Amino acid sequence: MNCVINVEQLQAFYVLEAQGKRKIIKAVNNVTLSIPENEIYGIAGESGCGKTTLLKALFASIDPPLQLFGGKVNYRINGKDLNALSLSEKEKRELRWTYISYIPQGSMSVFNPVKKLKRTYLNFLESHIRGKAHRDLLSLAHQHLEELGLSPQILGAYPHQLSGGMRQRIAIALSTLLKPKIILADEPTTALDVVAQRAVLQLMRDVQQELQNTIVLVTHDMGIQANIASRMAIMYAGKIVEEGPTEEVFIKPLHPYTQYLIQSLPRIGDKTTRKSVPGSPPSLLDPPLGCPFHPRCPQVFDRCIKETPILDQCNPNHKVACWLRRD
Amino acid sequence: MSTILKANNLTKIFSLGGLLSRTKITAVDHVSFTVESSEIFTLAGESGCGKSTTARMILGFEIPTSGELHYLDQNIQSVKDKKAWFKEVQAVFQNPFESFNPLRKVESYFFETVNNFHIEKNEKRAEQLIEEKLQAVGLTYHEIAGKYPGELSGGQLQRSSIARSLLTNPSLLIADEPVSMVDASLRMSIVNLFREMRDSFGVSVIYITHDLATAYYISDRIAIMFRGNIVETGSVEEVLGNPKHPYTKLLIESIPQPDPHQQPKTLIKFLEEKEEYLRKGCKFSGRCPEVMDICKKITPKDVLIDGVMVKCHLFKTNTGKSEE
Amino acid sequence: MGILKDLFKDYRFAVGFILLVFLFFLVLASFFSPYDAIKWLQVPRDKPPSWFHILGTNSKGQDVFWEATFSIRNSLIIALIAGLISRLIAVLVGFVAGYKGGISDRILMGLTDGLLVIPLFLILVLVAMLLKEAMTLINTGFLLAFFGWAWDARTIRSQVLSLREREFTQTSILSGNGTLSLVTKEYLPLTIPLIFSTLINNIAWAIGMEIVLAILGLVPLAIPTLGTTLQWAITYQAILLGHWWWILTPVVLTILLLVALYWFSVSVSEYLDPRIRIQRIGVK
Repeated sequence: MNCVINVEQLQAFYVLEAQGKRKIIKAVNNVTLSIPENEIYGIAGESGCGKTTLLKALFASIDPPLQLFGGKVNYRINGKDLNALSLSEKEKRELRWTYISYIPQGSMSVFNPVKKLKRTYLNFLESHIRGKAHRDLLSLAHQHLEELGLSPQILGAYPHQLSGGMRQRIAIALSTLLKPKIILADEPTTALDVVAQRAVLQLMRDVQQELQNTIVLVTHDMGIQANIASRMAIMYAGKIVEEGPTEEVFIKPLHPYTQYLIQSLPRIGDKTTRKSVPGSPPSLLDPPLGCPFHPRCPQVFDRCIKETPILDQCNPNHKVACWLRRD
Repeated sequence: MSTILKANNLTKIFSLGGLLSRTKITAVDHVSFTVESSEIFTLAGESGCGKSTTARMILGFEIPTSGELHYLDQNIQSVKDKKAWFKEVQAVFQNPFESFNPLRKVESYFFETVNNFHIEKNEKRAEQLIEEKLQAVGLTYHEIAGKYPGELSGGQLQRSSIARSLLTNPSLLIADEPVSMVDASLRMSIVNLFREMRDSFGVSVIYITHDLATAYYISDRIAIMFRGNIVETGSVEEVLGNPKHPYTKLLIESIPQPDPHQQPKTLIKFLEEKEEYLRKGCKFSGRCPEVMDICKKITPKDVLIDGVMVKCHLFKTNTGKSEE
Repeated sequence: MGILKDLFKDYRFAVGFILLVFLFFLVLASFFSPYDAIKWLQVPRDKPPSWFHILGTNSKGQDVFWEATFSIRNSLIIALIAGLISRLIAVLVGFVAGYKGGISDRILMGLTDGLLVIPLFLILVLVAMLLKEAMTLINTGFLLAFFGWAWDARTIRSQVLSLREREFTQTSILSGNGTLSLVTKEYLPLTIPLIFSTLINNIAWAIGMEIVLAILGLVPLAIPTLGTTLQWAITYQAILLGHWWWILTPVVLTILLLVALYWFSVSVSEYLDPRIRIQRIGVK
């Protein structure tokens, strides 16, 4: 399996100062991950588990109050590994949008509300492609939109004139204009209704098929993960607790947290009682020692409280961080 | 099973704009439904369909432009005493972090509720009642005592909200998207609470959501709303298991099922919904895959078929007559 | 007094507080003045600072230092009356217009906007001219209050408008609270920093306006205030004659007072700001 991003023991924490007191939030706590090429890779977990921070780190966007406390994020470009976190701002800018794209949560933040979309697209293209006339750049944009099944006339509108679903799809089109090898999408469908969501997911699938690139999709919605991600990782309290092919993770989840998560999902046609995970999500300020899930785990034993399990191979291609599987 | 709430042709029209140009938006358009005792009734639909506005009208936060609301055979609009109304009907809202004033302790709302509604005069007994309701939602007084909203988790806050609403022993609880902002791993435990309230306390719940999966899980009956109209009403098994209205069908098809073996859905043509609120005839006609000429001109009437009320020109009642 | 300790960590509060305390002592001193506040020719005129008269004497034959203590006292009285009364009106108008909305809102905002649009300065001068005989300290305070509430009423109204839409308003209503309880228990704690900072700003504004009115001769010039002192010094050509002690005293005192008020206001507002208070709750 060829990897396009390699994360090694990444530690990224938020450092907050209030009234002279210092708080450290361990958002990404020792994460090691290999993201394959030509795949839609899902990262699942609930709010506050650190997945958005992980995406920011993947995009090499570690700005205060977020600080790097250790580890590397390697991009594999032309067979060589490049540590994205050690690049200069200029080098990062050259890679962004051409090699790696980022779609943040909430499409509104991508577009300037007082400019027509056409202007935003042109500005974007101009800053990355030099020496081409507006006409040529515009036809590039139109071509791209048509390939994705979107009407080029949309560019004549202002962002607020479009529905949320449409805006999100235009944002995706913008971030894929320069055919990046990696697209990072952070909860691309929150605040969209199911029908718009379906269209957005369809678009992402089409984009991936056409560009044969990698999309890293972060969402807490397991339904979406099942639908579109071929491989996924489950994140909990800043750590990856399970990783493998989506099918396997759903049919035979290995980590107790994953098991709970999947069993608790309601399905139409089934009214049997479902239970959620007992207890509440841990604070990243003061994560539990040992395995972060141990206070809520029904199968906890001694070792869980003292030692933190490492993410390790359990079945071929399927990793889990749990002492139950390590015998 | 008796009807406790009856909404009849409830309508709310908002007019926006300045002195010179005003547009009218019919947020809720002649909506009729009933809620029985000890049942969970879901109002489902996408954001902007009018479900929250309907809830606000029931609570009295909005005044209906026309239509009637009956509670136990009494016309609500003639009830002047809001406080008496809140003894019968309570609500919980979407954002647990905003439900309480960040500068006030959470328990102060509990004591206020008990005092304002004259539920218990004695302080000791008030505390006991509060503890009782907290335990009913899976919390203890000790857990929330002296704490501000910022010190509690979303799950704890939402449970506190529910516990507070139970203090007046209401017969009807309106829950507006109560779990959409709660962590996925805790959703079920809160949703289960509504089932318990129906079963143990006989409280009816109007559950407002866009999440059809949880709606299926706890509701008895469901109404699907689209741009201010209720397009299908019936038992949840029938409406979600055997959808009749094209919009209901579209919604159900679009839900991503948490099962990787399900084949990717057939591609849909996604059109922009332009001015659907102001459309003549059936509001869904712009997107409906089974649209007919009549749909664009005449608003469909409600039709009763197989125990389900559908608002669509495709159907005629089993008895052969169209009902209003 | 953990709160004071916390506040003192901010240098702005420390300096502002100390300055205000210093000025307050000056005000207190005015009650023990060996000289009368108004009578002329109590001491030899135009003497530079010496041991007998720390800040010298002025052309009216008064001790500059003791005159200064009276000035600060009177200026502050005017400013406090103006500030407090205008707060009262601003809060009432802002809250009622913001919460009730509808017709009450439109009427109240019409009134407010009317006052805002009026060329304040001209009207103030006109009124002061008409009421010249009746302008006592307190009346000046009232006059300034009348013109000082409009802007802040609008600001308070905006905040109330946004608070009304927050979900805890509904929770409070569902808990059985009436409008008065709602507004005092839920909204006031969140608007206090705004009200407080506008109070201090208003006081600073009133001090400035008083000086302007005095220089225009619209305040009874016999009563010593920062403004009238300055006016007298100018009339008696203090700069030209080199009587720097007389003219510098009100100028320096005004600057100190305004800076102290500003820093005090900014640091206390920040401290009371709900967002920072909420952060502090977590840190404990």
